[in-house]
Amino acid sequence: MNMLTDFPVSLIVLCSGFILILIGLWGMLTQQNMIRIIIGFSLMDTGIHMVMVSIGYVTGGTAPIINNAVPINEAVNLVVDPVPSALVLTAIVIGLGVTAVMLSFAVRLHKAHRTLKIDELTESKW
Amino acid sequence: MIKRLFIFMMLALMATIFFNLASNYDEKSTLSKLGHYYVEKGPQEIGAPNLVTAVVVTYRGLDTLGEVTVLFISAAGVGLLLRRSRRKQDGERPEENIRASKPASEIVETATQLLLPMIILFGIYVFMNGHLSPGGGFQGGAIIASGTMFLLLALPESHLSRLMIAITESLSGFSYVVVGVLGVILAGGFLDNRFMDLGTYGDLFSAGAIPLIYTFVGLKVGFELSAVLDRFRQEESA
Repeated sequence: MNMLTDFPVSLIVLCSGFILILIGLWGMLTQQNMIRIIIGFSLMDTGIHMVMVSIGYVTGGTAPIINNAVPINEAVNLVVDPVPSALVLTAIVIGLGVTAVMLSFAVRLHKAHRTLKIDELTESKW
Repeated sequence: MIKRLFIFMMLALMATIFFNLASNYDEKSTLSKLGHYYVEKGPQEIGAPNLVTAVVVTYRGLDTLGEVTVLFISAAGVGLLLRRSRRKQDGERPEENIRASKPASEIVETATQLLLPMIILFGIYVFMNGHLSPGGGFQGGAIIASGTMFLLLALPESHLSRLMIAITESLSGFSYVVVGVLGVILAGGFLDNRFMDLGTYGDLFSAGAIPLIYTFVGLKVGFELSAVLDRFRQEESA
């Protein structure tokens, strides 16, 4: 019981993030289908976001928004770090952009080769 | 076989690194120095209750400009990769064209007409209140783009004006940079929000130029993502 209450919340998020990164990496390395590779990338992306958010957590902290619950004078002791949250906001948008470009590459390759299997695209293989 | 071995070894190595990182992890009980400064000084200096917005738009505003640029480049890349070639338009695969032109039912159409303005209004609300509540330009833009997605799914025949999207997107991107330069001329530096009056703390029109910047970002992101969705849609029906 004591161990449960002492267990930090952010460690759960951190470990889930690491597990997602590993699953995503495994998917990117082993899957043949290009769409599945892109899904692997998205999973890894999400895992990295979770790790970053958990690093910014401060014990007992709440969202860094000043309101009735977080008075301006005591905010320093009540909120989590706003910097990792801002970085994750940037990272989510950039991940979205990268995913969109990857998907359009997949569409083009499918159009040209009529297949989504990455092993059949042999002309760029060394 | 050897490939699988390498993959397994790599994953095992990564897992070892992650395990060491996680086992040495200590939850912080105080803010980092930088975070402490932002939380302590942010409300007075920037005038925005949402401190993440203060960091994103003002303290690290240059990063956000870079982020908008990355999104713009990726939208342009999608447009370049999925541009329609003239030859394919002559109906190479007629059976797909017939399937795509089947109209939606009346319920779907009416619900779309009822809900779409509300979704767009909600997106505008989210980016206008980015300095007061959770949300901001990117989130509001994503909501507007989800409205476009809804429109394209429910009424596949609807046509988005490329020219209108291009003009709005370019104008809002340009205005964003102009606001940044105004910060250099009238206040402390690039993207400084204090060249406008900070206003009453917690009001809708407060925090200097932040609502203005987030409006431009929201419009730009919303129209950019709508253009990306439209590209993918046309690719499917081409």
